[in-house]
Order: sequence, then C-alpha cells, then structure tokens
Amino acid sequence: MKKPIFDPAGAVADIPDGASVMIGGFGGAGAPVELVHALLDQGARELTLVNNNAGNGGVGLAALIREGRVRKMICSFPRSSDSRAFQEAYLAGKIELELVPQGTLAERIRAGGAGIPAFFTRTSAGTPLAEGKEQREFDGQLYVMERWLKADFALVKAKRADPYGNLVYNKTARNFGPLMCMAAATAIVQVNEIVELGEIDPEIVVTPGIFVNRLVAVADPQQEERLVAQGAVYP
Amino acid sequence: MSLDPAIKRLTRQQMAWRAAQDIADGSYVNLGIGMPELVARYVPAGRHVTYHTENGLLGFGERPPEGQEDPDLVNAGKKPVTLLPGAALFHHADSFAMIRGGHLDLSILGAFQVAQNGDLANWQAGEDAIPAVGGAMDLVSGVKQVFVLTEHTTRDGQPKLVERCSYALTGAGVVTRVFTDLAVVDVIDRQFVVREIVDGLSLDALRALTGADLHEAGAPGLLKAA
Repeated sequence: MKKPIFDPAGAVADIPDGASVMIGGFGGAGAPVELVHALLDQGARELTLVNNNAGNGGVGLAALIREGRVRKMICSFPRSSDSRAFQEAYLAGKIELELVPQGTLAERIRAGGAGIPAFFTRTSAGTPLAEGKEQREFDGQLYVMERWLKADFALVKAKRADPYGNLVYNKTARNFGPLMCMAAATAIVQVNEIVELGEIDPEIVVTPGIFVNRLVAVADPQQEERLVAQGAVYP
Repeated sequence: MSLDPAIKRLTRQQMAWRAAQDIADGSYVNLGIGMPELVARYVPAGRHVTYHTENGLLGFGERPPEGQEDPDLVNAGKKPVTLLPGAALFHHADSFAMIRGGHLDLSILGAFQVAQNGDLANWQAGEDAIPAVGGAMDLVSGVKQVFVLTEHTTRDGQPKLVERCSYALTGAGVVTRVFTDLAVVDVIDRQFVVREIVDGLSLDALRALTGADLHEAGAPGLLKAA
C-alpha cells in the first residue's frame, strides 16, 4: 500500500500534548533532525520521549527539552558531549528520567512491536535497576521481568524508501529505527529519497513498509553532530 | 598507602598492551569506551579479532583519516570508525542479541570498583551524578568473559579492588580477570588471585593498595609492559 507523503510540519501536525514519541538515533547517527524541529515548531507539550540518549547541544531532542516540552525521558545514556539541556532540566526537577539498560531498551521496543507484553532478561539482575521488578529463576539463574515499550508516534530517519514505505538505512544510523517503526502506532520516517516501486531489492529491505505510516522526503538532511559542533541553537 | 616512588606503574598504553595479549585468536570482542578502546591497537599480529559495537556494527576498524569521517559510521563512543571487509550492519535488537545471547566471547570494561566475588560497579559514582548506564549491564550479563582494565587505585589513592562494592552494581559476579597498572588479578571462587605484579613490587606492598585479601596460586609472575 502506498504511504502518504508529507512535509515535516504536516507529518507531525497531529501529535498531541501528552503523546509518547520514540525518536530514532544513537547520538547524532540516525537523529531525524528535521522531524524533531517540526515537532518543536508545532508546540506539543508534556511529551514522553524515548531515545538512547537525551539530546546534545542546542538542537534536536536537546532543544525540545530546553523549551520545556518534555515531561519524561526514557533512555539508557542521558549524557553526551554537551547534555546541558537535559542536565539542567533534570537537576531542576523539571523532567522525569526512566533509565533503561541499552539492550533492555532495544528489546522492550522490539517486544512492543512484536506483541510480547513482557520478557525476562539477565540484564540488571542484582543491580539497583532491578528493584521493584518481578524476578524469577530459570535454570538456576535469576532473571528480571521487563515490559514491552510502545509509543503513539515514532520519528525515524532512514536513507531511502519506496512508495510502500519499505526502508533501507545508512550504516550505523540504522540503530533503533527499525524497532521504533514497529513499536509506534504511527511511524513517521524521513528519508533522503523516495524511489520508484521495485527500485529497492526485496532482499535488502530492512524495515518492511507495513511498519511505516508516513513518509517525509528530506533530500539533504542536517547531521546533528555537525550542528552541535557549530554551536547551532534551534529555533 | 602510597607507592614506593621507585616502582613504575604501567602507563595506560602498557595496560592496554597487557590486556591485548590475553585476547584469543578468532574472538568476537566488545571494548568499552575509554581506555579499553586502546586495547585493539596492541593485539599481537596474526590473531584475528572481530570488534563489535553496541550501535549495530560487527567488524569495524580504526578511525578514518581527517576529513573522511562519516557521522553515520560511529562506534558506541560516538567516534568515527571504518568498515573493514566482511563487516556487518544491523539494528539495535540484533546487536544486543549478540551481547545478551552469549555470542560475544569477551568484553573489556573500565571500573569504579571490582569486588573479590566478581561484582562490578562502573556506571554510577555517588548519588548526585545523573545516572547513565548505556550497554554496560547487558555486556556484563551476556558476554562469555568480562575483563576489567583499570588503575589499581583511584586518583586519591583509594583501592578499586575491594571486598564489596560500595557503588551501585553493574552486574553481580561477572568479572573474571582484572588488569591494573600494578598487577593482573583473577577472580576465582569469590577470591582475588594474583597472577602478575609489576617489577619490584612485593605482594605485601600490593596488598596495602588493595581493599580485599589477595591470594596466590604459585608465585606471581612479572607483569611485563611492552
């Protein structure tokens, strides 16, 4: 099925206050800068965001936090070369943090997309991050129960899409993108180019189009780490 | 306790060299951010080691020359790397299936503290810091062997090898070998066993810098530094 194509503003126009939004990227690699800035322009507040990190510099996710749009951050590593925006909000008690081990974060998102409400993992057993969670012994080892993670929206960056939303990514910019597309009710994907049907070999499709709801073409996307290096601030 | 000034602590490069000697040919290895990243430079010629990074890449090589960095091709420390022939790219759930599913042979990590029972604390130093865990808990609970590479004492002289970790744990009973700037120490049956010591340092002097009992299994060898 053909997926609707939007500009960045149109793609995020219906994200309401209080929405949960997964944002792809590992640091700057895969960060959908144009979609995140469109979300900032759109004005939604009280957001719960899911990302590996918690923003860098004065652009993208960090700008959303700085502007007070984020109620809660679910991430594994809220530090970066310049994580001031998160740090200030966190220390001022203006943002809630749910810290999740990186593999557990990935698997919770995958589980959310795959209809698996909970799973058990060794990760965090015996540590403070397991406190308050159900633990169970399997074959003599202690495992921690983790719940699936779903979201209302995902903002993801890929390299190329066909009109059906089949995606390929660019190197390590793939990271959480395929998982977040699965786990969000509405997956919004920005790509460098939308090619004709049949131009992506089915053997190399990474995210099948069934997981994608909206496409946005951004021919020459901004790279978050370049903006951070320049000291850019959005808006 | 201070160290006799005549005793030479290993440099970071020498520590990395020593750890590299214990990486087996054919291993799949994940190196933690910081000093462990140096280890890759010192793996003996002829051993084929494949490096894994959490953000979805197996088989990466050194940083590219200036001007050829690709912001979409980075390691877990967000530093630019290169794709070696035979590299593979994958998403985060596959990457952590490699870690959590026991497919990686070895992880080398830094530490705030290591306890004699193999407990590791390396993610949260104190109460006021903003907690950040990354992939450390996944690595220690899933990778077949976990080595620690760390100075023997903190900057203000406190032991990092301890009876019990006072910092929050990353994993319980996960470390098998510790490489410090003074010694190589194994964790065996919930005890520290000294394998090698730097030239001129007595076991008693090492004990004075260690926060737990040190045991011997035969006389410790000399900790060499190439």
